[in-house]
Amino acid sequence: MAERELKKKSTSQRTEDEVVDATAPSGTEKSEKLKAELDDLLDEIDEVLEDNAEEFVRNYVQKGGQ
Amino acid sequence: MAVAKVCGIETEYGITVHGVRDANPITASSILINSYINELHGNVDWDFVDETPGNDARGFARESFPPSEVESHLVNTVLTNGARYYVDHAHPEYSSPECISPREAVIYDRAGEEVLRTSMSAAMRAMPSGQEIVVYKNNSDRKGNSYGCHENYLLDRGLPFGKLVKYITPFLVTRQIIVGAGKVGTESPQVPKGQVPFQLSQRADFFEEEVGLETTLKRPIVNTRDEPHADASRYRRLHVILGDANMSEISSYLKVGTTSIVLSMIEDGFMDDLDLSLYDPVSSLRHVSYDLTLKRQLRLKSGKRMTGLEIQRVLFEKAQEYRDSRGLSALGPSGDGDSVLELWGKVLDVLETDPMQLSDSLDWVAKYRLVMGYRERNGLEWDDPKLAAIDLQYHDIRPAKSLFYRLGVRTILGEEEVKAAVTQPPASTRAYFRGKCLERFGDYIAAANWDSMIFDLGSDPLRRVPMMDPLKGTRDHVGKLFDESANPAQLLDSLGS
Repeated sequence: MAERELKKKSTSQRTEDEVVDATAPSGTEKSEKLKAELDDLLDEIDEVLEDNAEEFVRNYVQKGGQ
Repeated sequence: MAVAKVCGIETEYGITVHGVRDANPITASSILINSYINELHGNVDWDFVDETPGNDARGFARESFPPSEVESHLVNTVLTNGARYYVDHAHPEYSSPECISPREAVIYDRAGEEVLRTSMSAAMRAMPSGQEIVVYKNNSDRKGNSYGCHENYLLDRGLPFGKLVKYITPFLVTRQIIVGAGKVGTESPQVPKGQVPFQLSQRADFFEEEVGLETTLKRPIVNTRDEPHADASRYRRLHVILGDANMSEISSYLKVGTTSIVLSMIEDGFMDDLDLSLYDPVSSLRHVSYDLTLKRQLRLKSGKRMTGLEIQRVLFEKAQEYRDSRGLSALGPSGDGDSVLELWGKVLDVLETDPMQLSDSLDWVAKYRLVMGYRERNGLEWDDPKLAAIDLQYHDIRPAKSLFYRLGVRTILGEEEVKAAVTQPPASTRAYFRGKCLERFGDYIAAANWDSMIFDLGSDPLRRVPMMDPLKGTRDHVGKLFDESANPAQLLDSLGS
């Protein structure tokens, strides 16, 4: 499972130049692509989320930080 | 002329033990780090001689959960990549080695994530089934407790501190528009519940002062800790405690990159005619963080009003002039200065028109879109624990559980260079000397510190090698000495120590 996810990330890796290009205002095409990607993630997110969200959030306590 | 912006990122990770109720976080942090050390063999202790002792927790309460085969004493260690990996207060902290450029700083921060991941796997093998130590690269537990991701920058000692504070504050207050990691809700006791459904920054809720020495209470926007870990007659180290831990490499790169540019401008007196001083920096910090429209105006001391975005735009334009007249060589020899500047401008362009288009680049936008999408699809209220869980799990660094990794946010680094940085030190700072000493002669190193190495060769008294200049001890300076030294005594002889 872990390995699959890492691979997934590496295939979507892009170069720095493309990052700059992609941040230029490019209109609706990019918005639509981003929306489609988000929809895909929303379809599967419940499988990944911690089982009991309420308990997970309540038990996450971090004292003594800077 | 601005000094080289040698820099580094210290990340305190949030820590939990799944499957154990009320686990002691100090014990858990110790187990995590010891598991990593056991995995690598050998351990070199950190030397506290030049540190301020009050800053490091030393006691801990042993609880019943630690597995017997893993030592859980408090750990401080130095890695062959030059980083320090240790228990700070109640968190595992990875402090990157000194880096020569913003890009290198991001590489070594990402290498830290690899170190933590390996630690988690190693710890899990030693723990009973059903128990797992898990770390989160974020800055808040959503209950009013915060932990930091600090940046460090090398500065010329000749720069008066008051001048630094005056010019860096408006930049630090407004940079969260670009580099914030985003948070569902607010933890500020002054803000009524529900008034801030989502904000740009993890940390803005926790800052109460403009300037000060504290890091755990009454946190200041500009921290005055004067501990250069270098020749104090020549250098200062600016310890920035305000920032968020970034998952996005682009956010992290812009965080260190734009800060390095602004610091260089201040050092060179290039900002002297640009007074953007805020009337109330602490309130402005929250106003910026709470305003997702990026349109809220801030009051300046001059009486003028500007949005955070406008302040960033003015600073960016100033930086362009600075590049044209002085160059950006302080950001390292690989052209990071120009690349940061270009990216800074492009990101501001998009933030001014349609910020949501940056959901594939910047942390706060990526998280906001995810939370909004989930909320709308499931018809949830803003206080639904599932949205809070998404916020936390965005920062999970386990590939199978991290929501950030699933978002497919753009990256700027190659996996190979991050992997190499887990064991190899940066070539162009003194971290090279530290890392190579540990790699080649680790058995003979009695202790290591940012600005010295202490050798124990057996018969002689301990021998200390000072490293007071962060720009010496590089591969160019000492690479050949390591090649020619078969043992640590030869190395010390060639160094004349």
